[in-house]
Amino acid sequence: MSAERIYIYKRYERFWHWSQALLIIGMMITGFEVHGTYTLLGFQKAVQLHTLAAWTLLTLWAFTIFWQFTTGEWRQYLPSLKNVLAMVNYYLIGIFRDAPHPFRKTVVQKHNPLQRLAYLALLAVISPLIWISGLFYLFYGNWQQLGIDRYLTLEWVAVAHTLGAFLITAFFFIHVYLTTTGHTVFAHIKAMVTGWEEVDEHHKAH
Amino acid sequence: MKLHVHFVVGACLSFCALFAHGTQEPAPPAAAVKQPSTSTTDHSKLEALKGPFTSGPEVTKACLSCHNTAGHQVMNSIHWTWEAKSKTTGKTLGKKWAANNFCGSPISNEPRCTSCHAGYGWSGKDFDFTKQENVDCLACHDNTGTYKKFSTDAGHPLYADREFEPMEGPPGKKPFKAPDLTKIAQHVGKPGRSNCGNCHFNGGGGDAVKHGDLDSSLKNPPRELDVHMAKDGANLVCADCHTFNAHQPSGSRYAVNPKDTHGFDLPKDDHNRATCESCHSQTPHKQAKINNHAKKVACQTCHIPEFARGGIATKMLWDWSTAGKMGPDGKPLFIKDDHGHLKYSAAKGDFKYGENVRPEYKWYNGTVEQVSIVDKLDQYIDKDGVLELNRIQGSASDENARIWPFKVMHGKQAYDPVNNTLVVNHVFGDDDTALWKNYDFAKSIKAGMDYAGLPYSGKFDFIETRMNWFITHMVAPKEKAVPCAECHTRAADGRLASITGVYLPGRDHNPLVDLFGGLAIAGAIGGGLIHGLVRIVTRRRKEQNQ
Ligand code: HEM
Repeated sequence: MSAERIYIYKRYERFWHWSQALLIIGMMITGFEVHGTYTLLGFQKAVQLHTLAAWTLLTLWAFTIFWQFTTGEWRQYLPSLKNVLAMVNYYLIGIFRDAPHPFRKTVVQKHNPLQRLAYLALLAVISPLIWISGLFYLFYGNWQQLGIDRYLTLEWVAVAHTLGAFLITAFFFIHVYLTTTGHTVFAHIKAMVTGWEEVDEHHKAH
Repeated sequence: MKLHVHFVVGACLSFCALFAHGTQEPAPPAAAVKQPSTSTTDHSKLEALKGPFTSGPEVTKACLSCHNTAGHQVMNSIHWTWEAKSKTTGKTLGKKWAANNFCGSPISNEPRCTSCHAGYGWSGKDFDFTKQENVDCLACHDNTGTYKKFSTDAGHPLYADREFEPMEGPPGKKPFKAPDLTKIAQHVGKPGRSNCGNCHFNGGGGDAVKHGDLDSSLKNPPRELDVHMAKDGANLVCADCHTFNAHQPSGSRYAVNPKDTHGFDLPKDDHNRATCESCHSQTPHKQAKINNHAKKVACQTCHIPEFARGGIATKMLWDWSTAGKMGPDGKPLFIKDDHGHLKYSAAKGDFKYGENVRPEYKWYNGTVEQVSIVDKLDQYIDKDGVLELNRIQGSASDENARIWPFKVMHGKQAYDPVNNTLVVNHVFGDDDTALWKNYDFAKSIKAGMDYAGLPYSGKFDFIETRMNWFITHMVAPKEKAVPCAECHTRAADGRLASITGVYLPGRDHNPLVDLFGGLAIAGAIGGGLIHGLVRIVTRRRKEQNQ
């Protein structure tokens, strides 16, 4: 089985991915400590790191949004319902029968249709939930000054933020699992490290 | 290269974050090093103070010959009147009226209690509050440290040496020396810690008894105990914060400011420095997050982790109902605990003590519902049946309220169950009704109420009481402030476990959200595991088939 290599993840993209991964893992660990789920670093350290990570991630995102638009990569997140069922079918049945992957990564289309939907959900639902609640949380001390303490309670902001945190954590585990579904267990991870993805020949025949 | 980029960006980002959170820290106040007196007057050289003086009022007359408005200033102050009108409830309070669960009322017990009156001779109802030579200048202005008002002489010091047997001390008479009034009069100046402490450290009848955050360990405290008064701290004296204006002290437990919205007390301001903010501003921390806490949390709550930290125990419980027991020798019984503290006194009942005590925390908005000796009790009795002698008002929704620390003093004390009032108990006196002489409540309460001219049914019983004492002294070094996690914790014994009305991160959570989230995460992990397992199994089968 010979393979063709395509350069799929550019340098900035890989930097963004891995630093974001690091930050989000950090935010999960510190966030749930702040939440009181366990004690690890101590509440104060957890809050400080969580806050620092939030600002760092915010800045990273600013750069990334810029990158997405200047490179046109943002189109990768446009959803298409075409072939979604084929993907579902693949994950539920095909994968166990060594059926060919219904989607072929290319430089123009690096996410499969299911992936696109998942990332869209992340971008459109979970992220705003976390970000908006997180920013309100961050600026709790200024609510009074801004006149928003009349409309909002910390409890609701915390509930929204915690809900977002649980969702992103669940997403994270699924995401990590799905990286193992390439043609080898570490194929996808390797691609995100080196930028080069190996594409099976027999897929090319399609 | 990638690592490099990451590092640079990371560093920039962290820098931004620092800016987002940092506010300028005001310069710390210069450490005050107490110099020898800088006064322009050497009192020892004054003709008027040549003496010799044989009584307190004589000294006062000499003081007034120059300080000719001082007498009337003092006579306007709570130190003289023992009365204070509450600005929030309008009630007349002060030592004369406010009920407590320590010794009780000074009424009918004057010669003993007025040993802490800023005057001479308040031995009974007919004391003349208008006579200015009865003001005691020396109690506050003695700089020799030798002036002492005698414990049972209505505010007078000893004028001749005396042998005396203290009620609860070891049996036998002890000699007491009369202070040298002439020398003291010639060495007067601004009040130091001991001047205030002679009375305020001994509230409740002994060292450390009453407040919990005021005792003789503060005369020369280590920095750990009190950063403000320690020699290697700010080396302040009480009056540096409790600033006096025309002999009126600032700061009072009858009028604790729940939230100082004014901040720095500058020369143009009212010279009332009895709040932390007067010197530290409303935003003294480097981190905005901590400054934000000050809207809802009093400074003392974090900065006084425990009270009674100076090695002297404070009373936490006083049960009068057991008083009056006699020992096998037929004499009044006094029992000490292992630390040498009286745990039972025939005169006063049972005691419990505490050292290094964690305060209790309550919302406080500026109003304290203080029970006065004439009040009907019904509305002050809490759900648990305990009479709350000074209910602290406030809640999270109250703009002025902050969370404050308190020493909660528990007591059991006499009351009139028919009239539903507390009673005046005549404890001190050389007569046939005083409790500490006759050990008979029926007689002592009757005598106290008759003397006070208050209605008394003739029946008495004992009621459980509770009293809240603001904890505001013994400020620890900042490294010793209460760590975040002692409030932000789910532990049932978290410091703020009983505070209601706020969402406290780390303490509070929504169980439904947690349940849903837990299931989602478990589902994600479980789903992956199962899917992966099936993949492994099916692959194996295929390989075997080949
Ligand atoms: C993967 C991303 C994140 C996760 C998993 C996460 C998780 C959490 C959790 C579980 C809490 C505790 C909530 C509570 O119990 O009240 C928390 C608190 C908080 N989060 Fe996040 N969070 C994330 C991202 C963010 C972001 C992006 C921001 C800011 C924009 C943010 C700001 C905060 C703040 C300010 C707090 C409160 C800390 C405090 O008590 O002062 N978080 N986070």
